[in-house]
Amino acid sequence: MRVNFTVNGRQQEADDVWEGESLLYVLRERLGLPGSKNACEQGECGSCTVRLDGVPVCSCLVAAGQVEGRDVVTVEGLAEFSKQREEHGHGGACGTGGGCGSKGVSLDAAKQWQAHGPNSELRSRAGDSQTGEGVELSNIQQAFIDAGAVQCGFCTPGLLIQADALLEENSSPSDQDIREALSGNLCRCTGYEKILDAVRLAAARQSEAV
Amino acid sequence: MDFLRPASWEEALAAKAEYPSAVPIAGGTDVMVEINFDHRRPEYLLDLNRIGLLREWEVGEDVVRLGASVPYTQIMENLRTELPGLALASHTVASPQIRNRGGVGGNLGCASPAGDSHPALLAAGAEVEVESVRGSRLIPIDEFYTGVKRNALAADELIKTVHVKKADGPQQYSKVGSRNAMVIAVCAFGLALHPETRTVRTGIGSAAPTPIRAKAAEEFLNAALEEGGFWESGKVITPSIAKQFGDLASGAANPIDDVRGTAKYRRHAVGIMARRQLIWTWEQYRGTGNGRSLEGAA
Amino acid sequence: MAQNTRTVPAGTPTNVTQKHNKGGIGESILRPDGTLKVTGEFAYSSDMWHEDMLWGQTLRSTVAHAEIVSIDISEALAMPGVYSVLTYDDLPAEMKNYGLEIQDTPVLAHGRVRHHGEPVALVAADHPETARRAAAKIKIDYRELPLVTDEASALAPDAPLIHEGRDDHHIGHVPHPNIVHRQPIIRGNVEEARKRADVIVEGEYTFGMQDQAFLGPESGLAVPSEDGGVELYVATQWLHSDLQQIAPVLGLPPEKVRMTLSGVGGAFGGREDISMQIHACLLALATNKPVKIVYNRFESFFGHVHRHPAKLYYEHGATKDGKLTHMKCKIVLDGGAYASASPAVVGNASSLSVGPYVLEDVDIEAIALYTNNPPCGAMRGFGAVQACFAYEAQMDKLAAKLGMDPVEFRQLNAMEMGTVMPTGQVVDAPAPVAELLRRVKARPLPPERQWESAGENADVRALPGGLSNTTHGEGVVRGVGYAVGIKNVGFSEGFDDYSTARVRLEVINGEPVAMVHTAMAEVGQGGITVHTQIARTELGVTQVTIHPADTQVGSAGSTSASRQTYMTGGAVKNTCEAVREALLEIGRRKNGSYHPAWATAELLLEGGKVVTDGGEVLADIADILENEAIDLELEFRHAATEPFDLVTGQGNGHVQYTFAAHRAVVEVDTELGLVKVVELATAQDVGKALNMLSVVGQIQGGTTQGLGVAIMEEIIVDPKTAKVRNPSFTDYLIPTILDTPTIPVDVLELADPKAPYGLRGMGEAPTLSSTPAVIAAIRQATGLEINKTPIRPEALTGTL
Repeated sequence: MRVNFTVNGRQQEADDVWEGESLLYVLRERLGLPGSKNACEQGECGSCTVRLDGVPVCSCLVAAGQVEGRDVVTVEGLAEFSKQREEHGHGGACGTGGGCGSKGVSLDAAKQWQAHGPNSELRSRAGDSQTGEGVELSNIQQAFIDAGAVQCGFCTPGLLIQADALLEENSSPSDQDIREALSGNLCRCTGYEKILDAVRLAAARQSEAV
Repeated sequence: MDFLRPASWEEALAAKAEYPSAVPIAGGTDVMVEINFDHRRPEYLLDLNRIGLLREWEVGEDVVRLGASVPYTQIMENLRTELPGLALASHTVASPQIRNRGGVGGNLGCASPAGDSHPALLAAGAEVEVESVRGSRLIPIDEFYTGVKRNALAADELIKTVHVKKADGPQQYSKVGSRNAMVIAVCAFGLALHPETRTVRTGIGSAAPTPIRAKAAEEFLNAALEEGGFWESGKVITPSIAKQFGDLASGAANPIDDVRGTAKYRRHAVGIMARRQLIWTWEQYRGTGNGRSLEGAA
Repeated sequence: MAQNTRTVPAGTPTNVTQKHNKGGIGESILRPDGTLKVTGEFAYSSDMWHEDMLWGQTLRSTVAHAEIVSIDISEALAMPGVYSVLTYDDLPAEMKNYGLEIQDTPVLAHGRVRHHGEPVALVAADHPETARRAAAKIKIDYRELPLVTDEASALAPDAPLIHEGRDDHHIGHVPHPNIVHRQPIIRGNVEEARKRADVIVEGEYTFGMQDQAFLGPESGLAVPSEDGGVELYVATQWLHSDLQQIAPVLGLPPEKVRMTLSGVGGAFGGREDISMQIHACLLALATNKPVKIVYNRFESFFGHVHRHPAKLYYEHGATKDGKLTHMKCKIVLDGGAYASASPAVVGNASSLSVGPYVLEDVDIEAIALYTNNPPCGAMRGFGAVQACFAYEAQMDKLAAKLGMDPVEFRQLNAMEMGTVMPTGQVVDAPAPVAELLRRVKARPLPPERQWESAGENADVRALPGGLSNTTHGEGVVRGVGYAVGIKNVGFSEGFDDYSTARVRLEVINGEPVAMVHTAMAEVGQGGITVHTQIARTELGVTQVTIHPADTQVGSAGSTSASRQTYMTGGAVKNTCEAVREALLEIGRRKNGSYHPAWATAELLLEGGKVVTDGGEVLADIADILENEAIDLELEFRHAATEPFDLVTGQGNGHVQYTFAAHRAVVEVDTELGLVKVVELATAQDVGKALNMLSVVGQIQGGTTQGLGVAIMEEIIVDPKTAKVRNPSFTDYLIPTILDTPTIPVDVLELADPKAPYGLRGMGEAPTLSSTPAVIAAIRQATGLEINKTPIRPEALTGTL
């Protein structure tokens, strides 16, 4: 079957979709947006969390056919979504840039550990985690890097979507609020402490910015 | 596999009549797991997401008419006064992401004994409104569960709304799992006081082939409260009544040993939850504040 | 916020001539892959995509032990969209098996399956669903065989042999062919020492089968190349070890199998063995098309080895003034159907079975069994984790019997630098065991019954049961428990453990740039971060690039055994030092005649310049190099170790020891048997923290895995069928953020003079003592004797 929907502000069309495919599969394998992760495919880990018409959901549990005509935001579009929200009070269309992929991760890119960008190597500047200059990050993305909340990073995309939605609703969550909001996102590397740090940091920066 | 996308309730009923083997999918929280893990290959998937009325609820005089697809998150946020037991149960469902998608219709359609909302529905009292092209009917919740993962639906019927009695007294709900969040019930218990009728109702989850009520425990408590004049006096429940209630609830359970827990533990835990909930709800009824519903619990 | 304490190093780090380079060692610089990981652009092995790519599917055995009577693939092959179906008969080379140490694992089952979920056939098709449907159409006729599931059934006189005709190098010394390896350690005289004991405690302990549960499932992409070889993009812990196992069964020379590390979604030991690597290559070569294999979570539980479940029998004695007299133990590890890392696990379990205590009279035996249970191998802290759970339970029992404080009792017997291990090896670096315990004990306790003091703001999420609303305080009892552990660092027992680093220094756009190229698997631990720091420190440059890890450079060894910062970090340091020397040599050649300091002073590289140790600038690195590049690849080895004697267990088997202590504070709903860990404080000596942010992250993560196996994590194998009952994240539970408490971390830095920068491998130690500390706290809360981990609610409520 064919499925039409909006991803990160861009109209997308997927053809020859098998009816049993999940939104997660369509994003990853058909639209070249592998940022949403396939860790459990049973709704237990939250790694595939995306916004579906604004609501955070596990994309592995959404049948592809169910997203017809709907709006999806993935981690690839989070920075732009967050920027639009700041500017217009709501998440919106994705302009240009890495957020709106249209093809898969090619081998060349895979060799380079990344889906886009010219660098064949990881480049690092003193005190600076930016590997590609000019990458604009949302508040929560930057906070995850700064707080050391990223290790293997497989849980990170889902956590970012979920944490961003939490801060959208509740700008100064208590620790228990953070824990509850993130209780559907498993992380095996960090022991969660630095994830809590990251969300606290993002909340503090958000309130400073207001 | 075919994907049916009815745009209206009438279209959905027509589709279900034409393809009785079609598996309805709404939140996807059960069906998609089965598909992803290759446990099930339905011939037809019947998507209910486009049917707006399933996501609506209406608070009436005596009942809340809850659309089958109203997400648990909405129940928690909007119906905690009218349906406190169900709101508590909703809060124990899986994760925030799942609660954003899943609704009571899925629990009922799947009819797993471990479904989180069943004990709350049994305790509150509810009727399930189902419909087919042949017409609609109301199935009392006590008659809805017919076997392990089986319910009273005919092949051409879909669940439309659940008519849940508005709370006329305190309600509680607990579930035991071996994790502090995002866990499938090892067993669950719900209790509702109905001061208007001076009765109590209960619900037990995951401790019998179907969700059940602890009827002997209810009868005992109804009698004990009546005989002791507790409803009028609002006096403290005696420990012996609480214990007996717990023991009878425990006795109502008919669980199995499985990978999530032993039958013995399930019986034991049902008794503990029943006893505790009786104290909590009764203290709420007495208005002492000792039975407060803690922050985060709904 | 974690509180970190730095202690002035006691020893003198070797070879540190470089200092104060921005972004160098000791700073908490951020991960170089951080941006890619938060934007979703980091390419994990499951994200690979190739034009025209096929999907591979593995068909696995549905029974644990059976003869394969027949396999019929005809229906599967006939399906449209199916490109290839492979079984044992299709394997191209004489070599049909692989294995880390013992090549006992068939690539595809041959005539017999030995465990539930063993790969039997492979399918390649144009869509994963087509591949799944085709695999389901393969007909396999099994004739089931009697099961070996535990020590009794493995060693029974008529026990079926899991592997007949063994010719590995352990068969000569094991008492039974169903024992993979046996390591005794005898020192002193237990019989005599026992006479001095005023109290003796015995215990039998059970450690459950834990899963690594890394979040990124096994996956990768194999692409056939024009020369008949194959390129493999995969998530692994050790590229070169994979290569050594892959090439022979493909019948290819190693240079025709080109491996590149793709993004790794966690590992924790679970990627030390081969999973889908060979299968993807076989399908790619058979179809001449790129083939991607991605396990789902269900298959992942069968796709990698687990932590060895163990039975541990301990006897300890002590005098009435609290001095340990002797220890006798037997540790039985279930290795499952194939050897994997079992021999090394036996070595660790036996040699670390005393824990971090002084014990001169010991009688130790550790064995690993072959059974029909799932294969077990590497997981964070292997061997040491199981032993720590048991010996720490014993310490508490002894202290209780002596009426002593459990921490004081441990401190009284704590090892220190100079202590002789049961293997005869002298502990030659700081061993601050008593100090670590003191630190966790000195920390203020979190307030009790916080939900009560919070009044109306009381929060059910802070109580046992959490969101499930099972208690409002009823039945809840506080408990506090302590534990400390010892782990070895690096590969032991005479293994030639080395790493390789290639470093290239050149001028790009007028600025000196160091490129670091290793085969180290970055699995999330942050190795690439410290490589960046080391290059900056040693070469005085700002810009460092990390080359993707591949097999075009020499082996880095495994990302395991807490070894990579020591070993590949050491290799990077070592190569950088050689590059620095080469640079200075060029400098001397070009500029030496202009300034006497070139010949006389100790020269350093700082801020892109050559400076004297007095700070005088002699030249820009860029000016010295001009268009030249210095490009060196060197190996680095730690001090050689020896095998343990097969009779006495004596030998200098380990490179370095590492220590951590935990204090667990729990609140237990004693009626429902539900546990809330309130705080899990830890102290650990890391020698030197190259990056404190990463160090603390590792400690908190390791601690949480230890918590998991204390209260919830276990792969449940049905003893009647040897089948796994809970291969999913619905029923194999790992801690959520609501199960994980605050984890305050106290880091000591007592340098090990042998190690690069004085550092101590640190990734595993936190996993050891976390588990026994939590269990000890639950024991204290409930008054129950608990001899099994994980502890289930049933065990706490007498409803098993």
